[in-house]
Amino acid sequence: MNAHQQPTGSAYFITPETAKAESHTLSVLVSNEPGVLARVIGLFSGRGYNIESLTVSETEHEAHLSRITIVTRGTPTVLEQIKAQLERIVPVHRVVDLTVRARDLGQERPIEREVALIKVVGTGDNRAETLRLADAFQAKVVDATIEHFILEITGKSSKIDQFVAVMKPLGLVEVCRTGIAAMNRGPQGM
Amino acid sequence: MTDTTTQTPDNRMTGAEIVLKALKDNGVEHIFGYPGGAVLPIYDEIFQQDDIKHILVRHEQGAGHAAEGYARSTGKVGVMLVTSGPGATNAVTPLQDALMDSIPLVCISGQVPTTLIGSDAFQECDTVGITRPCTKHNWLVKDVNQLAGVIHEAFRIAQSGRPGPVVVDVPKDIQFATGTYTPKPEVVANVSYRPKLDGDIRAIEAAIELMASARRPVFYTGGGVVNSGPEASRLLRELVELTGFPITSTLMGLGAYPASGANWLGMLGMHGSYEANMAMHDCDVMVCIGARFDDRITGRLNAFSPNSRKIHVDIDPSSINKNVHVDIPVIGDVGSVLNDMVRLWRALPHKPAKSQTEEWWSNVNRWRARKSFSYKNSNDVIMPQYALERLNALSKGRKTFITTEVGQHQMWAAQFMEFEEPNRWMTSGGLGTMGYGLPAAIGVQVAHPDALVIDVAGDASIQMCIQEMSCAIQHELPVKIFILNNQYMGMVRQWQQLLHGNRLSNSYTEAMPDFVKLAEAYGAVGLYCDDPRELDDKIEEMIAVKKPVIFDCRVANLANCFPMIPSGKAHNEMLLPDEATDEAVATAIDAKGRQLV
Repeated sequence: MNAHQQPTGSAYFITPETAKAESHTLSVLVSNEPGVLARVIGLFSGRGYNIESLTVSETEHEAHLSRITIVTRGTPTVLEQIKAQLERIVPVHRVVDLTVRARDLGQERPIEREVALIKVVGTGDNRAETLRLADAFQAKVVDATIEHFILEITGKSSKIDQFVAVMKPLGLVEVCRTGIAAMNRGPQGM
Repeated sequence: MTDTTTQTPDNRMTGAEIVLKALKDNGVEHIFGYPGGAVLPIYDEIFQQDDIKHILVRHEQGAGHAAEGYARSTGKVGVMLVTSGPGATNAVTPLQDALMDSIPLVCISGQVPTTLIGSDAFQECDTVGITRPCTKHNWLVKDVNQLAGVIHEAFRIAQSGRPGPVVVDVPKDIQFATGTYTPKPEVVANVSYRPKLDGDIRAIEAAIELMASARRPVFYTGGGVVNSGPEASRLLRELVELTGFPITSTLMGLGAYPASGANWLGMLGMHGSYEANMAMHDCDVMVCIGARFDDRITGRLNAFSPNSRKIHVDIDPSSINKNVHVDIPVIGDVGSVLNDMVRLWRALPHKPAKSQTEEWWSNVNRWRARKSFSYKNSNDVIMPQYALERLNALSKGRKTFITTEVGQHQMWAAQFMEFEEPNRWMTSGGLGTMGYGLPAAIGVQVAHPDALVIDVAGDASIQMCIQEMSCAIQHELPVKIFILNNQYMGMVRQWQQLLHGNRLSNSYTEAMPDFVKLAEAYGAVGLYCDDPRELDDKIEEMIAVKKPVIFDCRVANLANCFPMIPSGKAHNEMLLPDEATDEAVATAIDAKGRQLV
């Protein structure tokens, strides 16, 4: 028919993505049963979605409920699709896009916090500097010998990134981060 | 009876007994399976009862497709039973097939004893891990007391909402252990899975309002109408009649609206009719019911139906806006939503005048006049389209079920076989599984012993599950295998001609078996035909035989399946049969399209 028209796509639709990707934080309430985390992360890998951060723990012991917090990145259409696909998983009770919810509530972002444990090994002036900076960042010393400190810090991911960066020259040897725990501001529950 | 058994309460039994009782309580009459070490206790129970009939297949893939055919032709849940390890891995293909085509399937698999799980035991595999992405849900049962509850829930999940396959993995020690049978619950405890059946009435009202304003409307319907049950098909026919809109359907939805219906445009999509695809492209209101905007349907996405407002009725919220943005989504069961739509349309204070769509219908009729399924017939060789036209004519007026394999023959069957009823057409749409048709036909014949069940096959596809001939003979299932034998993997060859300079790499079926002798070797009837003048007699002979038949129908070797939307093109850029010269075919797909399928 109009075969003279030059096609730009294909039957497999690799059309260029024009929408802008954004980072969203999702809260997923799931039954705490074997394999449920595998179902959730399998969905992300199987459908090619991103996981930037993942946190999971049981939150309601009697009701056998766990809360998974996922930070993911995608265009608005993809984010909508991720939410719908998560809701399809049988043991998933609820999915809330905290970022969208925050906007609906007239807030900039949900509250997002991360905990990190940071081991710093050093002697002399470095030790004093480590403690001064830890104090400035409101990090706590949770373990120490004359050779090392383990510091516990809580805050936004960007604050932890910064703290890790300043600790590097002071003898940083090990970092462990929990990933993001998040919640919307205000009196309403999830 | 001994004292001990009289003292045992009725609801105490072994895991294997629980499996059989739970199947019976869920209305199961037939299961398709293959025994092995890890399911022997269940097979022992099957041996000691008569309520459930077991159909012994020859490969677990066959069990799955047979259960799919059974499910699609009856609306019931298909059940398969396989052993651990290779039994479960062989089930993966039909599970994924059922997932993509939304077929309710319960697969019970044996597993090594719980104490051996994780030890790389003989015939062990991580069944729930392997089948997690190809099922709607799955379970490994580690407590015999939970077994009955899990099986009841498995049936509920398989058939509710958007139907799909589930797996229940039962370790051998759980099959032997004694536990308590819990009856099917009346109130469902599971709160996380509750599919929404009724559509939002305001959305439906908006949809009806939009439909009433349409000047160039089209119904685009799919497998969801068939899955929703016969009432949904009846309501669809009523709504089409009331509105007077033209209607097209996907491969999976054929039969929901009758092919003889006045408003029928034929199937749409890559090998769909010209009128269906043009109507989709030019419409101003598209009413999508139980279809999912699959890539074989839409063609080039950014040129897909550019000027229409779209209504999408689907039970699965993740289908909405997945590939194509829609204006009015309605989430709910097709039957329930159609019921509301019919009611609201009837209640419209001012129904649109017939003249509103007059011009549109004259366009549609002009497109119809192109006769896009036409082909050049021959007196010397059987054209594949002619073979199916005759098969359609000679199998009409009976209770006929058609299954297919995958390839050119499948598309020709969709074009030329005319379906008047839903649940009469079983084909592997989403996954495109060669080897689907024969076992699916077996499943259909088990459910409908007196019906005429024909597997329209290709010479390559049929060899993928040919072993199930033995199953058909054993269970006296007179399925008819109608092979359009062109000695090529026809669809592969067609794409190689279109995309790869006609270099026919590995698509010629060398060392073809003699299908007549093969049929006889299995104890079936073999028929051969290569002359168009003998075709009718041979087809009638095939239909008359009360045994399985392999019909080796030799057709033109190099026929291509048209019309076709070439890779990377839009609906209104179809390649029609009368335009498909060798040169047009060779240049139909440009370099960009060539990199993709």
